[in-house]
Amino acid sequence: MPKILTAPRMARCIGCDSCMLACARMIYRSFSPHKSAIQVRSRGGVMGRMVANICTACAEPVPCVEVCPTEALTVRAGGRGMVYRKAECTSCHKCVEACPVQVIGWDQEEDKPIVCIFCGQCARFCPHDCLEMVEV
Amino acid sequence: MLHYDLVRILHIDLTAGETRVEERADLFDDYLGGTGVAVRLLDELVHDDRDALDPVQPVILAIGPLTTIFPVVTKAVATFRSPLTGEYGESHAGGQFASALRYAGYDALVITGAAKNLIYLVIDGERVEIRPADALAGMDVIETGRVIRDRIEGAGHRSIIRIGPAGEAGPGRDSIRYANVNVDTYRHFGRLGLGAVFGSKNLKAIAVIGQQHLALPEDSRLYKRTYAEVYDRVLHTDAMEKYHELGTPANVFPLSELGALPTYNVRQGYFGEADQISGEAFAENELITKRACAGCQIGCIHVALYRRPFAPGWEYESTLVAYDHELVYAVGSLLGVGGRPDVLRLIEDIDKAGMDTISCGTALAWATEAMERGVIRPEQFDGIDLRWGDAERYAQGIAAIVRGEAEVARWLGRGEVQAARHYGAPEYVAAVGGQGIAGYWTGYAHVLGHLLGARHSHLDNGGYALDQKLEPYTDEAIIDALIADEADRIVQTCVAVCLFARGVYDLETISRALGSVGIQRSADQLQAMGERIYWERVRLRERLGFQARLDDVPRRFFETPTPRGQLEPQRVERMLEIYQARRADAPVQ
Repeated sequence: MPKILTAPRMARCIGCDSCMLACARMIYRSFSPHKSAIQVRSRGGVMGRMVANICTACAEPVPCVEVCPTEALTVRAGGRGMVYRKAECTSCHKCVEACPVQVIGWDQEEDKPIVCIFCGQCARFCPHDCLEMVEV
Repeated sequence: MLHYDLVRILHIDLTAGETRVEERADLFDDYLGGTGVAVRLLDELVHDDRDALDPVQPVILAIGPLTTIFPVVTKAVATFRSPLTGEYGESHAGGQFASALRYAGYDALVITGAAKNLIYLVIDGERVEIRPADALAGMDVIETGRVIRDRIEGAGHRSIIRIGPAGEAGPGRDSIRYANVNVDTYRHFGRLGLGAVFGSKNLKAIAVIGQQHLALPEDSRLYKRTYAEVYDRVLHTDAMEKYHELGTPANVFPLSELGALPTYNVRQGYFGEADQISGEAFAENELITKRACAGCQIGCIHVALYRRPFAPGWEYESTLVAYDHELVYAVGSLLGVGGRPDVLRLIEDIDKAGMDTISCGTALAWATEAMERGVIRPEQFDGIDLRWGDAERYAQGIAAIVRGEAEVARWLGRGEVQAARHYGAPEYVAAVGGQGIAGYWTGYAHVLGHLLGARHSHLDNGGYALDQKLEPYTDEAIIDALIADEADRIVQTCVAVCLFARGVYDLETISRALGSVGIQRSADQLQAMGERIYWERVRLRERLGFQARLDDVPRRFFETPTPRGQLEPQRVERMLEIYQARRADAPVQ
């Protein structure tokens, strides 16, 4: 069964940035935490609560897939979320605008979207078990 | 890109309103980053014939080559001339600052000169802006952070470091000589008065926005493997466990049981109410969450809910206060305050004003005893009659110090050492080398560690720990261990790893971590670098007035027994002679 990323225990988050650093390091070949498909933020400064902006793996019709003019984004096996193929991508930004939870980022250097590939590296490097890969 | 061979410095001249970027390969070769770079730059730029608060004096802020890209490498190192001691000043802080500076593309900031009016800086990569801060004058550190955060809303990893009213000088009012710089609410450049130096430059805050993409090396396999290995050691060994669980206040109760918790202005080492303000008591009753610095998986920042009624009818107000061992000691046992809400209240008051909590606590402790002895009187202190354990009066005292109107308040704002000298009662200051001590009363190594250490701080070397474990406990062994330990820690603070991770980052691990991103330094080379920088820093401290003198240890310290017995001045003198002999033989003269 395919897995999707969830963030069920964000109240435990200590704001260490490890998840973002893991995505950047393992997937986007970057040391920089903004180059990550998961973005953890505090709402209201460090005295506020921590929130995780993550791909919710929409069910069909998947909005980012719907607007993609090429085959760069296709529906993932099992019907939740998408698969991204960089070679097909025309850098049109339509997926960024279509994302209902506003979590598709933009890689300025590559001029391509930053999308979740549901690999679970961020969860592997979360020290507090805030994140979890679940089967759908 | 990430630099593996040079230090990239942003110079900001506030008088001229100009900035320039400088790249120095020599600094990287000889010092790597952090402490080493900050010591060297201060040595080049400090004016030893000018006052600490003269606008010409520089502030150096430096990070290390592994900042954020390895676990728990979270610290920024500040160097400056200390307005509290007049000597060398060095202070470290976590939070998001080091990380933001990394992704803004700088390894160090150098700030000189003074702005005409109060300003704050916004550093967003190559864009540096000087913005007016007149409206923020006198504003506390929490509100200052919020206002600036609202003004720079946007992308990127951000950090806002700022001073409170204590750091600002006003008409007819001096800055507090132990004003600190607040870093992202919960962390601080705490000790030795960097906040007053910011104030002397009319610098209210620095906001750093980091959004650079730093690419991994071409072959990143070794880096990823080494990162994961260090990460797993941080998480799954007991090397750092204590810092996460109860946090640093885990020490409060056991130290008191040992007779090693400074209490009632170091009149004793045991506090009868230690169980009320222990790490366990705070954790069970007030702890609501833990937070981490950017890139740290431990999360030692323990945040308490300070909840109190303000009117009948179940009316409550609540705020969040971060607590640590040193804070609990400084406004708890040292002042005889044994109520947790009282401790949180005093921490919050001191913190919001932007003062170093340890130094404010040691100043109030001296003042309480001096008042008890009739050396100073309430009439000289806005009518406040300080009493051990009376948090309400201490809160009034803190406010009086920040106002700086009353005669005693002004002297306390210069630190208890200056105040005690003025009022002719230096025998019972809880200070060594011009600065209030950290919350340990363990024996010779703690006192000597404070006296000889660069920051006059317990984190320079493990003095308090050496007292508990060093055998044989001879004069030579103590001095040699203090020097060796401090030299080792310099390597860690050049890399700018948090010293709480010192158990994970031994020299071998640092060498491998550096190697995984292409920086070749053997463990032996690192050790030699630490030893050289140790003595270079001593030389700089001497240039700024440091002398290792018995006179800088108060008589009180020879009266109150430690777990190692009552300290003897003759023995301290002998240890200082041994230190002088090591100094004379040092490779750096």
